[in-house]
Amino acid sequence: MSNTTNAPATAAVAPVAVKKRSQWAEVWRRLSRNKMAMFGLAIIGLIVLAAITADFIAPYDFRTQDLNAISQKPSAEHLLGTDDLGRDILSRIIHGTRISLLVGFVSVSISVVVGGGLGAVSGYYGGKLDNVIMRFMDVLLAIPSILLAIAIVSAFGGGIINVMIAVGISSVPSYARIVKAAVISIKENEFIEAARAIGASDLRIIMKHILPNSMAPIIVQATLGVAGAILSAAGLSFIGMGIQPPTPEWGAMLSNGRHIIRTAWHVATFPGLAIMLTIFALNLLGDGLRDALDPRLKN
Amino acid sequence: MHKYILRRVLLLIPVMLGVSLVVFTIMFFTPGDPAKIMLGERAPAEEVALLRTQMGLDDPFHIQFFNFVKNAVQGDLGRSLVTKQPVASEIWARFPATLQLSAAAVLIAILMGIPIGIISATKQYSAFDMISMVIALLGVSMPNFWQGMMMILLFSITIRILPSSGYGTLNHLIMPAMTIGTSAAAVITRMTRSSMLEVVRQDYIRTARAKGLSERVVINRHALKNALIPIVTVVGLQFGGLLGGAVLTESIFSWPGVGRFMVDAIRTKDYPSVQGGVLMLALTFSIVNLAVDILYAYIDPRIKAQYK
Repeated sequence: MSNTTNAPATAAVAPVAVKKRSQWAEVWRRLSRNKMAMFGLAIIGLIVLAAITADFIAPYDFRTQDLNAISQKPSAEHLLGTDDLGRDILSRIIHGTRISLLVGFVSVSISVVVGGGLGAVSGYYGGKLDNVIMRFMDVLLAIPSILLAIAIVSAFGGGIINVMIAVGISSVPSYARIVKAAVISIKENEFIEAARAIGASDLRIIMKHILPNSMAPIIVQATLGVAGAILSAAGLSFIGMGIQPPTPEWGAMLSNGRHIIRTAWHVATFPGLAIMLTIFALNLLGDGLRDALDPRLKN
Repeated sequence: MHKYILRRVLLLIPVMLGVSLVVFTIMFFTPGDPAKIMLGERAPAEEVALLRTQMGLDDPFHIQFFNFVKNAVQGDLGRSLVTKQPVASEIWARFPATLQLSAAAVLIAILMGIPIGIISATKQYSAFDMISMVIALLGVSMPNFWQGMMMILLFSITIRILPSSGYGTLNHLIMPAMTIGTSAAAVITRMTRSSMLEVVRQDYIRTARAKGLSERVVINRHALKNALIPIVTVVGLQFGGLLGGAVLTESIFSWPGVGRFMVDAIRTKDYPSVQGGVLMLALTFSIVNLAVDILYAYIDPRIKAQYK
């Protein structure tokens, strides 16, 4: 297997590094021919750019309250209007990209590491350990994930760290299942036997030989998972359990706009559009990646 | 067949025990003394200590958990720290509202999702297919609670044809049910489409067409039946998302269900109520998935055959 030496995870995220590897080059080629996926990728690129350059491109400071300009409708001065404290909504949305991207990526990383780890151990060793892990996953799956996240933040409090942990943990079971299935399908291959024959340790076999070969379903799930995590985090903030004001989190901005929706429609409308656009782009890319990584699934 | 159903029903017991353990553990480690919350911050220390003993809060973890499960089995989920009423009866009073909302939402999701998915699959790459897939993807991407607010903005504030909150009449039900139902419909549409596309490529579909059956018979009788299994799974799983979505949607529309009760309980740090609400919704979700699994056995003869 040529693709077992480096970690292809990075290659998949940053298509620049793809050149060396024919398999990932092929994936990139298929992905780049998918117009919808490219559109999604472009939007995500813009959002990432906005997050990086937020301090320079935001027209106003996102914290500055202008009490002479409270709940103003969109105008040339404030393109998306101002909120009930006179803060510029566009600037807050631009700064909010940082929060949402951070929450999305960190939460998914938690799910991938914890869920993937459990799934890999479960699939590789099987037996009693597998049974215990998977029954525990069944239990977690029985609790709708947003409810589990709500339970965790209501116990340990809101704030960005707890939200990321809560959202991350609540989707651990789905990664555990996916990785387990992938590991089982690969571990019986001859190259695994060969690795074992030359004395590779279990950890080495899992990390270097099995996981890189089961990347495809994990990448797809993770891309769609970032979208799900952003939605869940926004939901938590919306009910006041998540990221606390004055942090410009999109869900919290929505929640703020809810009380003044009768007089100032724009306060709730634009952060919602920002969430929708981000999730939409991630879903487009996720769908495209799924088709590119496994052309058999393509409809 | 009965053996299969019995096995699935019995499996519910360890799962619910596990769910109770997870939820109980989370709440157990919650900072804050329930006795103090109940009596108020300025209550004398002796009174708090007395109540702690009465509530069994000084017992070790495993004994508290054992008592919790023992009581829960008998339908006692403890008392609300705020209203001092039994949590079980508080939830029970609100459960019909949540069930009504969820049922309406599932109905909307199925009635929209499956037909649109089928038409999209049979007319792949047509304008209808393209448009409905983009709309479905937008539906998946839209936060539930935001969609609810936008509907209020449009139907209650701008054109004033539907009430923005409340409970009782069909008019009150429309917006919350649409809010939850349409996002589930989006997922079901996508699943139906891809499941149908997979099936219509099979040889037996070609055979059915070759022997001159009408397209309608091929789709309805041959393809749909086989495409149905993943669709039913998704409908079942959506129900969980739907119950979760209900938590947010209910508070937007002031719908007097379990979800809004929980959100209020979180705000007032009423942990027994949060715990009871999570348990109740998880139980509902598990029962729905159980029903889905049993339904499989009826729609899929392969599963039936295993348990003959």
